[in-house]
Parts: sequence; structure tokens; C-alpha cells
Amino acid sequence: MSYLIVLVLLLGVVLVVTQPLRRARDAVRDPDAGRAASELLDLGAARDAKYREIRDAELDHETGKLSDDDWLAIDSTLRSEAVEILRELDRVSGPIGTRRADGV
Amino acid sequence: MAQLGRAILLLGLGVAIYGIAASLYGARGGRADWVDSGRRSVYALAGLMVFAFALLEIAFLRNDFSFTVVASTSSTTIPVFYKLTAPWSSQQGSLLLWVMLSSFWSSAVLFLTRRRLREIAPYATAVLLGLGGFFLALAAFAANPFDTVRVAPVNGAGLDPLLQHPSMMFHPPMLYSGYTLMAVPFAFGIGALITGRLGPEWIRDTRRFALAAWLFLGAGVVLGARWSYTELGWGGYWGWDAVENAALLPWLCITAFIHSVQIQEKRGMLKVWNVSLIALSGTLAVFGTFLVRSGVLDSIHAFGASTLGVPFIVLLGVMVATSIGLIVARRDQLRSEHRIDSLLSREAMFLFQNLVLVAMAFVIFWLTLFPLISEVITGNKVAVGPPAFSEVVVPIALILVLLMGIGPMISWRRATVANLRHNLSLPIAAGLVTLVAAALLTDAARRPYALVMFALGAFVVAGVLQELYRGARARRAATGELWPLAAVALVRRNRRRYGGYTVHAGFALLLIGVAASSSFQSSTDVVLTPGQSTKLDGYTFRYVRPTASASAAKLEFGAVIDVTRGGHQVQTLWPRRGYYPSTDTSDGPIGRFFDNTNADTTVGLDAGFLNNIWAVGNPNLGPLAPEINRGNQLFSADIDTIEARTARLSVAQQNAALAPVWVLRNDVVEALVRQYTQHRWPVEFQLLVFPLISWMWAGALIMVLGGLIALWPVPSLGRRRRQLAADRARLALELAAELEPVEASLADDRQVVA
Repeated sequence: MSYLIVLVLLLGVVLVVTQPLRRARDAVRDPDAGRAASELLDLGAARDAKYREIRDAELDHETGKLSDDDWLAIDSTLRSEAVEILRELDRVSGPIGTRRADGV
Repeated sequence: MAQLGRAILLLGLGVAIYGIAASLYGARGGRADWVDSGRRSVYALAGLMVFAFALLEIAFLRNDFSFTVVASTSSTTIPVFYKLTAPWSSQQGSLLLWVMLSSFWSSAVLFLTRRRLREIAPYATAVLLGLGGFFLALAAFAANPFDTVRVAPVNGAGLDPLLQHPSMMFHPPMLYSGYTLMAVPFAFGIGALITGRLGPEWIRDTRRFALAAWLFLGAGVVLGARWSYTELGWGGYWGWDAVENAALLPWLCITAFIHSVQIQEKRGMLKVWNVSLIALSGTLAVFGTFLVRSGVLDSIHAFGASTLGVPFIVLLGVMVATSIGLIVARRDQLRSEHRIDSLLSREAMFLFQNLVLVAMAFVIFWLTLFPLISEVITGNKVAVGPPAFSEVVVPIALILVLLMGIGPMISWRRATVANLRHNLSLPIAAGLVTLVAAALLTDAARRPYALVMFALGAFVVAGVLQELYRGARARRAATGELWPLAAVALVRRNRRRYGGYTVHAGFALLLIGVAASSSFQSSTDVVLTPGQSTKLDGYTFRYVRPTASASAAKLEFGAVIDVTRGGHQVQTLWPRRGYYPSTDTSDGPIGRFFDNTNADTTVGLDAGFLNNIWAVGNPNLGPLAPEINRGNQLFSADIDTIEARTARLSVAQQNAALAPVWVLRNDVVEALVRQYTQHRWPVEFQLLVFPLISWMWAGALIMVLGGLIALWPVPSLGRRRRQLAADRARLALELAAELEPVEASLADDRQVVA
């Protein structure tokens, strides 16, 4: 009985593990495309972090940790940085870049 | 079933090796199919390990004593609950648990990142499978949970009574989850270093796992302290034991990482520091596992001496060398993108706090290993006790709490002195009021460190409350929501921030509890006979009567203690000590039931808001010794005679012949137990009053709550997309207004150029 179960498990493991190999034997990845995709995802992460930073600064201002002047200066800097990231995203990806950078 | 288990371990090992090869081949050759196949190996390994662990659990539940591990750590008399937890009380079972959890968490992270981190993920898969495979190889070849004995005993040796405690259901799995989760950011960090993809993406996708590692490891440490407090009966909860420290070290490092990684996310700074912290946390997690399993240091929590030390040292060497080599090789890419704008900024506070955390980790590491180091250098193992740890760790902890209080009060990038004054006034006032009140109204001034800790704790809690109030007030101003709704909405929208603040408040309460309970505890060791009483810290403890009970699993001897204060009843305590039958034949047929080397303690505890009253008693069984010895002689003679007479009969016939003797023996044991309650024999008690220790446990719970808030998934992807779209639209509108003049001037420039 044990041998049978082991055989079934072995078969199951082989099927699960080799499924991608059976599905796409010629799935050779284009290294440039891979790098571009990774760059996009990095930029997407940087953009998300920047948005969060803008919201954090806003909350810091609302809770009295930043004066009006300081907040305006920081907010302006952050937004400029966000623009740079968005421009970079557009450069790398074209119009669909932001969508792909979300990882979807 | 044992054969099946062994085969699954070997199959799992094969899958791990294949997965490493497939992932690396796929990564080097740019073959997505092989990378996917490698990732699926992790899923397959997780499935196999769940199956193997289920087999082991079944063996425990079925009392299958043909399994060595079941025979040595279980018995027919232990409750089902503890049979389920018994697998991880052994070296073999806990190794299997480690691999199962490791493969489970690895599967989770690889599934969640299956469409992202395409360059890093294959290397991370290889690292995760390498670590899992290492532990699996140990389980398969060095400490196999499916090893069997040639002749299965009728009953097992039983589970160590100290491990028969509810905490044991959760404490080890929590710790192992923490350790194994620590491998996730470590593996992705190594993958990022190998590929040179050191951007923010891998941090974003593994940050949550780092936080989960922090949460699980921290909860595991606290559960261990709770077990120590209520079960070990030594009068404390933290003894700076090597294994306790081993869990604390990676926790301190991952705490530092969780803070400093925010600086990298926001400013692109501290990249070397962050990958170093991740490498250190991952390595220390394995180091902690090594300490528990190798037996190189004495610890109540360790599995004792074993042969697993050498493979662990090799693994640790590989981890350290690889991490350092990769960090050095990638030092150019790890340069900071910005510099800290001002020392008055949250970045600077986080950096100072990181330095303090790492310094604390280093000190604890050094003192923990000092016995080993001293033995290597001088040949003598110099023991380092709790006072040595406290002397160094307490001042560092005070600095840490101070920085923890200032951090949330200060903004990112830069803060002005005026702002700082505005934000710190109330928390400082709260700290000062606490300091003065504690110094004047209590005798806290005799312990300056504790007094300062109370003040700093109040400073932190006041700061967090102020933050919550101001945030909710701002939200109320914007939305008109009611206060509670505004507060909840604020936290929901800023989970990381307010989850973190909640953790800070909980940690402050925890440290107040630690400071008060360790500095101002009152204790006494006293011998009382029934009716006598003693006083401690304003409480009167009266030993009312002894208690005793007998069951198939154990004999229990206890005491009823009435606690009063100022003539008013406070609580009745029932400390007990359980005696489990020993398997040592030299104890004799009666004496084996009264062997106190195999006993556990149930603390008599009154857990109040201000004080915990804690009592243990050491039952005085000395007066029973003559009768126990006499019983041993009589029964030994009877048993020898019956065994000689039935030597040629079958085992079943021998058992039938001995059955009346066992019935009589049980009657004698019960009669002896009854005697204990009928006499007024003196009992030695240890009595303690711990002030504010409940704050410590409450603080730990609040920390877990804060961790869960920070860890809780952000809104669904759809909602996130809508939020992102709204953010983008808003940003675009504002930018359009700001950039209009710039674009116009650029257009003019272009016309001029044309």
C-alpha cells in the first residue's frame, strides 16, 4: 500500500512540477523584455512609494508636524519627483506602461 | 506508515534539489518555463511536507509506539491536545515542522509574486529551496521522525510534563513561523543582489513577509515568556537564556529593518544597511535554530547535545560568506540616492534607532556566546547571568524608548525646532508628570532606571495618543465624521503608520511592565504548616490546607492559600505540583509515582491590574518516604515472585497474573495520596508580588494588534486600482496647473529653435 501511495505522490509531483515544461517548450524569455518589465515594476514600486510619501507629508501637515511653508516646499519637491517617475514610466513603457507597472 | 513517511522525505529532498536546478537553469537561460517549474517545486514540496506531517500526527494520535519519536515523547495517558503538540517537542518532529512551515511560507510568497520580480524570483526560489532542503536533509538522514524501533513498547515514555501547557500548542509553531518567514526577505535580498535588481520592487513585495516574521517571532517570544512565568515555577518570565536570546536577536534586527526600509522606499537611502540587516536577520534566524538543536550552550529550551552542530556551522558560514561577498560586489549599485536632509527628521531618528537596535543585538549576541568564547580562549566556560545582561541592555533600552517616542512626532525630510516643540510639549509633560508622581508617591526613586523607564513609557504613550487625536481631528474637519468613526477611518487609511504607532504604545507598556516587575517585585521563601500565615508587600498569605489528587496520568499535590489585604479577602490561590510516573525502575513500583524529577508546576496566580500575586509550593513528601520504601520492598518482592512463577507463560498470561498486583498498588498509591491531605506537614512556599506585570502582557497584546493592523492587506486590487487612478488623476490635474507655464515656455523655446 505504501509503495502505491508513494507512486501516486511521485506521479502527482511530476505532473505538477513539469506542467510548465509541457505547456510551453519554447518559452525562451527575451532578456531585454525581461529587463524592461523589471524596470517597469521597479518604477511602479517607486511611484507607489512616492504617492504614499505625498500622503504622509499631507498627514504630517494636518497633524501639525509640518508648518504650512515646510509642507508646501516638501509637497512641491515630492510632486516633482513623482512627475519624474511618471515620465520615466512613460519613457520605458509607452501608454500601457502604468498598467503593466501595477503588475496586472 | 513509517516507510511511507521516509519515502516522502526522500521524495521531498529530490523535489527541492530539482527545484533549485530548474530555477537556476531557468534564470541563467531566460527560460520562463523552467523558472515556473522551479516555483512549482516549492508548491509540491509544501504539499509533501503537509502530508508527511499529517502522517506523524496520525502516528501520535494512534499511539503508534513503533515510531521512535512517538515512543520517546508520548504515551497513552497524555490528553489528545498534547498528543497533537508532541511532534514538535522532539528534535525530529520539530525539524519536520520547520520544513513544512518553510515550504508553506515560501509557496505563499512565490505565489503572490508569480507575475512580478521575474528576475529575482528564480534565485530567491533556489535560496528558499536550499534552506528547506538543508533542513529536510537533516530530517531525512540525521534525525528522521519516521525512524522505528524493532519492538514497539506497550507504552511510551510520555511527554515532558513541562511541555504539557497550552502555550506549547502555539509557542513553537509561532517561533518557527517567525524563523522561516525570516528566510523570505533573506532569499529575495540575495536574489536582488545576484541579479543587481536592487530597486524598490523586491522590498515592496517582501516587506509584508518581514513584518509577518517580526509578528510571529515576537508573539512566539512572548508566549515563551508566559509559559516560563506560569509553568516553570522559578519566579520569572525571562532568564536571558541562550535560546530565548537566540529568538530575540533576529527579532531586533528585523525590527531595525522594518524601520530603515521605509527610508529606502521613500528616499532611496540605506541600501547597504538594509540588505545587511536582511542578511543578518536571516543568518541569525538560522543561528537561533542552531543553538536550539546543537546543544552547544546549556538551555532549558534546547534539545540537548546532538550531532547537528557541524552542518549548521557550515550553513551559517555559507550564508555569511555569500551575503558579504554579494554586498561587496554590488557596492556601487547600493549607493544611496540621497542624503539625510537634516538631523531633525524622521529619517535621522530611524537611523539612530537602528543603530541602537543593532547595538543591543550585538551586546546580547556577545554575552550569549561569551561562555563559548571564554571556553575557547581560556579553557573555562564563564557563565554570564541575567545581571550582566541587564546592566548593559537596560540603558540601551532607555535610549531606544526615547527615540521611539520622538520618531512619530517628527516629520520626514526636515522638521523645525518650533514644530518639534509644538509636537513634543504634551508627551514631555506627560513623561515629567509621571516621573515626578512616581518619585513622590511611590518608592520608585530607589531604582532610577525603572523610574526613567516609567517616564519614557508615558512619553511614548502620550505621543501616540496625541497623534491619533490630531489625525482624527483633521479627518473630522475634512469629513465631519464622528470621533470614533474618524479615528477608525484614519487608521484604516494609514494602516502602516497607525499600526506602527500602536506597536510603539504596546512596547512602551510592555517595558513599563518589565521595569516595574523586575525592579520592584517582592518575594519570600517561607515554610508554613496549615493555619500559619506570612506577610509580603502588605498582603497576608495564609496556608489553609493541603490538597492532593490521583489520576492515571499523574499525582497532584497542592495547597490552598488565602490572600488578604487589610483584613479583606483578595484571592484564594491553588498552587499545585504534578508528579508523573517515571520509567526509572530503580524508583520502585510505588516510588516511581512520587519521583519529583518528572514533575511540573501550576502556579497559584492572581493577575490584577496593578499587582500579580504568584505562589508555588514544594510539597513535602518526606514523611511519606518510609511508607513508599516499604511499599517498594513489598511490591518488588511480590512482582518478582509472580514473574518467576509465570516466566514460562505467555505475555498475556503474565499480565493477567500481575493485574491484581497493579490494582492493589494503585490502592496503595491513592492511600498515600490521601495521607498527604490528612496531616499538617510543613510545606515550603515561594511567594511573589509582581507590580504592573499585567501591563507587560497587555502591552504584548497591543503590539500584536498593531502588527496585525500594519500587516492587514490593503484594499482589494480593484479598489487599489481605483485609488491609484484617483491619485493619478488628482496629481495630473494639479501638475497640469503647475506645469502649464513651463510647457508654454518650452513651446516658445521650440518655436525659437525651429
